[in-house]
Amino acid sequence: MWLFNSSIGRKLIMSVTGIALVLFVTFHGCMNVVALISGEAYNTICTLLGSNWYAIAATTGLAALVVIHIIYAFILTVQNRKARGNNKYAVTDKPEKVEWASQNMLVLGIIVVLGLLLHLFNFWYNMMFAEIIGNPMQGGFEPTDGFSYMKQTFGNPIFSCLYIIWLVAIWFHLTHGMWSAMQTLGLSGHVWFNRWKCIGQVWSTIIIALFLLVVLAFWFCPDCVGQCDFKLLPFAVK
Amino acid sequence: MAKNLNVTIKFWKQNGPKDKGHFETHDLKNIPDDTSFLEALDIMNEELIAAGKEPFVFDHDCREGICGMCSLYINGTPHGKTERGATTCQLYMRRFKEGETITVEPWRSAGFPVIKDCMVDRTAFDKIIQAGGYTTVRTGAPQDANAILIPKQDADEAMDCASCIGCGACVAACKNGSAMLFVSSKVSQLALLPQGRPEAAKRAKAMVAKMDELGFGNCTNTRACEAVCPKCETIANIARLNREFIKAKLAD
Ligand code: HEM
Ligand code: SF4
Ligand code: FES
Repeated sequence: MWLFNSSIGRKLIMSVTGIALVLFVTFHGCMNVVALISGEAYNTICTLLGSNWYAIAATTGLAALVVIHIIYAFILTVQNRKARGNNKYAVTDKPEKVEWASQNMLVLGIIVVLGLLLHLFNFWYNMMFAEIIGNPMQGGFEPTDGFSYMKQTFGNPIFSCLYIIWLVAIWFHLTHGMWSAMQTLGLSGHVWFNRWKCIGQVWSTIIIALFLLVVLAFWFCPDCVGQCDFKLLPFAVK
Repeated sequence: MAKNLNVTIKFWKQNGPKDKGHFETHDLKNIPDDTSFLEALDIMNEELIAAGKEPFVFDHDCREGICGMCSLYINGTPHGKTERGATTCQLYMRRFKEGETITVEPWRSAGFPVIKDCMVDRTAFDKIIQAGGYTTVRTGAPQDANAILIPKQDADEAMDCASCIGCGACVAACKNGSAMLFVSSKVSQLALLPQGRPEAAKRAKAMVAKMDELGFGNCTNTRACEAVCPKCETIANIARLNREFIKAKLAD
């Protein structure tokens, strides 16, 4: 099958799983902003995304995407090392055009995985998993009380710092990844290269800024987040 | 006014693909700065021969920047820091500083095994071309030049792609040992023209399959290739190849 045994096919797998992950990360970033506005509204979303079959199916799909993306990251890297050969250059001069992120996608990806594990431990384990195994009080709060978990996690400066490092790594990964994915799909060229690069830069910066804002707000001003009255929000279920 | 330079050449010696290889050095004195770098290496070789040593082996042919035979990795850059869009043979001593040590290495990539010293085997590129980098249409007698209308923009773009001389600097620069800039230029030069369209899908598939079979790496869009290409090929060609290849496979 060409997707697996041709170089462009393997890249296509990276690209499509990468884009799907970008869409997920975008959704997640927007969802988090709700926590800044109303804790109650945020918890409503948490309930919605709890242990129902739709949410579990979506989570499984998401996990599959991540696993495929990581497996192919390693396959590509191993093949590329081999293609490069064992002889290293004594002197190398990196041209300006070459972005640092583009040469370090695997390292950035590994940081992303480590952050992901921490994140799963902090949130998913105490929330969705707790609900699935029917032990709701796992982490001390109701499993749908995402808001309290956020306060608890980001109240801890060590966790907050780790999350910030994680977000920076994702940002670097995406500044290269977004245009690279379009290039791989063949949707780029003399004109669109610059456009995709700009779109990728702006998009990843906005998403990561949203995440950062949430971490910093919960860290430094836990009393001012999520205070709006849920019932006044336009989308409240009355 | 030409100045004279003293430089040290640190050059790679390797006896065939299996040998580990090592660097040797040679001091060059009083080289006029309008000497070409390859001429400086010729002078070095005369001195080495006079001293009873083995000369340094490197590739070159036309020495006018058109054949793609010269191939040295100079101070960390394929073809060295030439004026924009030039090959090793177009590199002049005026680009170096007095007293500088100039490190000269071969293209290092599994796809290009060393034959000797800095001469590497680039037949892999010929094999990729043989896999599909041509048209098989029977053209018959020469047609009127205006019988097939081609937009000027396409003609120019195809010509730019065709100017790839197959030197392999793109592979040498790539951390993934990928040949995508070369292959995409050679696919593009035909894909852009009506004469190349009938076999475009077949060509893209065959050339990519050969490139993969020969062990070149997977492109991860680092752009190191286009930064060093002496003919200023761009990764827009790679996007075009991806498009041609994916379209061809989806149509199967
Ligand atoms: C937040 C999660 C992630 C997102 C949103 C993401 C997104 C992307 C995107 C959009 C691409 C570009 C695809 C292409 O060039 O065709 C990419 C490439 C890549 N990713 Fe990820 N990724 C994530 C996690 C990871 C992880 C966990 C790893 C590895 C352990 C990883 C390693 C790589 C590598 C090696 C590449 C190839 C570089 C390239 O082709 O440009 N990524 N990623
Ligand atoms: S694309 Fe450029 S660097 Fe690569 S072989 Fe052709 S001319 Fe040389
Ligand atoms: S020797 Fe022909 S291009 Fe340099």
